[in-house]
Amino acid sequence: MHSFQSMLNYFPEEVLEHVFDFLTSHRDRNAVSLVCKSWYAVERFSREKVFVGNCYAISPERLIARFPRFRSLTLKGKPHFADFNLVPNDWGGYVQPWIESIVRGGVNLEELRLKRMLVSDESLELLATFFPNFKSLVLVSCEGFTTDGLAAIASNCRFLRELDLQENEVEDRRGQWLSCFPDSCTSLVSLNFTCLKGEVNLASLERLVARCRNLRSLRVNNAVPLDALQRILAQAPQLVDLGTGSFVHDPDTESYNKLETSMQKCTSITSLSGFLDVSARCLPAVYPICGQLTSLNLSYAPGIYSDELVKLICYCNRLERLLVLDTIGDKGLGVVASSCKELQELRVFLSDVYGIGNTAVTEEGLVAISAGCPKLNSILYFCQQMTNEALIMVAKNCPNFIRFRLCTLNPTVPDAITMQPLDEGFGAIVKSCKDLKRLSISGLLTDQVFLYIGRYAKQLEMLSIAFAGDSDKGMLCVLNGCKKLKKLEIRDCPFGNVALLADMGKYETMRSLWMSSCEVTFGACKTLARKMPRLNVEIINENDQIEASFDDKQKVEKMYLYRTLVGPRKDAPGFVWTL
Amino acid sequence: MSPPLLGVEGGGHVNAPLMSSSASVDCITQSGSGLKERNYLGLSDCSSVDSSAVSNMSEENKNNLNLKATELRLGLPGSRSPERDSDFTLLSSGKLDEKQLFPLLPSKDGICSLMQKSVISGNKRGFSDTVDGFSEIKSSVFTEGKWMFNATGSDSGTPQSVVEAKLAGNAGINVILSNNSSGSQPSMKKELPTRTLQEGHNKINGSNNNNSAPAAKAQVVGWPPIRSFRKNTLATTLKTNDEVDGKPVPGALFVKVSMDGAPYLRKVDLRTYSTYQELSSALEKMFMCFTIRQCGSQEAPGREMLGENKFKDLVHGSDYVLTFEDKDGDWMLVGDVPWEMFIESCKRLKIMKGSDAIGLAPRATEKPKNQN
Repeated sequence: MHSFQSMLNYFPEEVLEHVFDFLTSHRDRNAVSLVCKSWYAVERFSREKVFVGNCYAISPERLIARFPRFRSLTLKGKPHFADFNLVPNDWGGYVQPWIESIVRGGVNLEELRLKRMLVSDESLELLATFFPNFKSLVLVSCEGFTTDGLAAIASNCRFLRELDLQENEVEDRRGQWLSCFPDSCTSLVSLNFTCLKGEVNLASLERLVARCRNLRSLRVNNAVPLDALQRILAQAPQLVDLGTGSFVHDPDTESYNKLETSMQKCTSITSLSGFLDVSARCLPAVYPICGQLTSLNLSYAPGIYSDELVKLICYCNRLERLLVLDTIGDKGLGVVASSCKELQELRVFLSDVYGIGNTAVTEEGLVAISAGCPKLNSILYFCQQMTNEALIMVAKNCPNFIRFRLCTLNPTVPDAITMQPLDEGFGAIVKSCKDLKRLSISGLLTDQVFLYIGRYAKQLEMLSIAFAGDSDKGMLCVLNGCKKLKKLEIRDCPFGNVALLADMGKYETMRSLWMSSCEVTFGACKTLARKMPRLNVEIINENDQIEASFDDKQKVEKMYLYRTLVGPRKDAPGFVWTL
Repeated sequence: MSPPLLGVEGGGHVNAPLMSSSASVDCITQSGSGLKERNYLGLSDCSSVDSSAVSNMSEENKNNLNLKATELRLGLPGSRSPERDSDFTLLSSGKLDEKQLFPLLPSKDGICSLMQKSVISGNKRGFSDTVDGFSEIKSSVFTEGKWMFNATGSDSGTPQSVVEAKLAGNAGINVILSNNSSGSQPSMKKELPTRTLQEGHNKINGSNNNNSAPAAKAQVVGWPPIRSFRKNTLATTLKTNDEVDGKPVPGALFVKVSMDGAPYLRKVDLRTYSTYQELSSALEKMFMCFTIRQCGSQEAPGREMLGENKFKDLVHGSDYVLTFEDKDGDWMLVGDVPWEMFIESCKRLKIMKGSDAIGLAPRATEKPKNQN
């Protein structure tokens, strides 16, 4: 051992650095930096990509101090349940202080990836002004900026390779941001502006596409009509990923025929999405490329019904990733099962977004998919109902699930046949899928399901629970059993103080815990906050009556706690109280 | 033109104008938050109010009911009691004994769970079934701990009644009452109650295609868990891509609408309507201001009901007719052909004075005097 250790010490740092270059996963790098001081030192100077899962867990200054040479930053802000309107808009997650610190710190930032953060035009302007090598901006589920900010990026980032906007709320200022890309910009590899509502200058877009010969991924918005798409495809047959704009046209026109021809020439497209506005009669234009697709997203096309979907999908034999609406129906899923043998990921969303009526998708569809697609490892499934029998069969057919998310329209619906809780079904899933990392459960569920989860879901990192369980025992099973748990989010469950306070140290091993509409009281939260200084325990109270009226015995409506090295945040709005 | 109905016939299309309510909608009060619930249960002839009427509730009501939705969470495990919700008091005043509504559900747990079986079987259940379902489940599963029906009096009782109240809006009340009246005992059979509920369900389904009124559902905040971005995008897409008899249709079909004497034209998207009634009521709304002025009417702009009736009278009294120009360039009277055929061939619309329309017969080949 001793000689081994000395051998390591003789490695010049450059060698270590070179070896570490091969480690791309931040987890691997984190592990490496724990080995010894010299490895820690080498690793920290060589780390280029930093991942911060919770922007309030660390401060930008400390980050820059530890990794002075980083070039790429991934930041996440609001908790996941913010997606479903459970977190007020101005809760936090501002990127501005981060960018300011990074500017001050002299970091040569090239890539910024943000999720659920508040981004202002000013932030984008700072990026554009102070980072001459800026190459890649990816914004997912962010808001707070307008197309003016995008114009700043387009105008100033001379080496921009990637501008990827996914599902952001962007205010359209009609300033022709796209036209701001200078004629000298030829570096774009990926451009995604699907989420923008406004128009772009089509001529500018076409010219941009024509001069960016390395463009691989282009996702346009609804304002780009089909004939423009045709001209774009004619210029960019090298595309690998295409997101269509408006896909509505009279199929009996020359434009449409031209589109068909151009589409046929795009032999590299493996990923297809868009279709926010689509006419079923135009879908045949994409038939020629179906056989080469590995990823297909039709989840924004409610007007395409099962028959049409099936006609398209049955050609997609290489499909690995499919996102659809429940309009596909159980029968349609049966066709998917028989056509898409390579399927790894499936997401079936609700077309009826208010979840009022029926959905045509039940447990039968899920069983069919599991039977036909043995490589399935990730599923998000909204359905009308579920049965234990179906889940057990799915568990048997597909033991490789990494992500399993089920959502029944009625959150406490029992087994549709036996009327029993769905404990056994989910139990079978966690027992069979030993690599399960993410789980969302739904339906009538008792403490039993948590017993199973605690006992079997040893790799579980994220668990979402709603309207489930009978007592504190449920939550305790999870906290005790799931050793790798990182994120736990709970709403409307009868879990209370006993569960919350049983193992307070556990929360420092996790990124965050969300509990809303549970049985946790104010007093317990205070106790937890007092005993665990490295946790921020936030109470979100939208009625603005924080200080005075909170009695220890009062139940807390929304609590979000997360580990942090930097204490309570200073930008919390009035309705958020960090205990 | 026949007087328009407010989309009640049309199957509750959300694009039917909301303001002008037909009489049957009145039993669901437009204003005020808690009143609706009470009315449903009080009026058995509200069973004639199908869900399409509900779908015509204004945005404000939707929001109100969304607030109420917090009560609904009581029906579900572990959720908070509604004391905090200020709106709760309104509902508690309308407190209803759930036993009235679920006579089939005696307080004993055993029978409750059996009742669940009989009520909730079957494959595809309508929402009312499921709402029935989980409120009943609640009663059987959670009586031991959290759910006390009696505990603080109105607390737990009312949410259930809220659930039912909202069911009523969904024509669920039909179902419940009919169960009542048929005097069926907690039936162990699966068929009977299921069928009745299925009827309710079908009725809902039939009339609620793109029902964007969360009111009818008694929404739980954040459920189903769909990202707001997706919700907003799909909601917009749904509005423009209406379905006609289950067949997908391409995007919007905008045609110009002119009216004699009006200073400017309008455009309407024919695809957002599915019957002539819907179209005519929409047009009335659009052009009402011109008629009022033309009539030199004394009606205040806010008194739309009156203004409308006057318009209707005008129309009915053949003072105005709705005509369209077809693909061949001929001006035809609107209403002769089936709707689908009409939208295929309509190029523009014109609201003509009756006197100008004399001589305009179906398939008339001569063009009228006035053309825009």
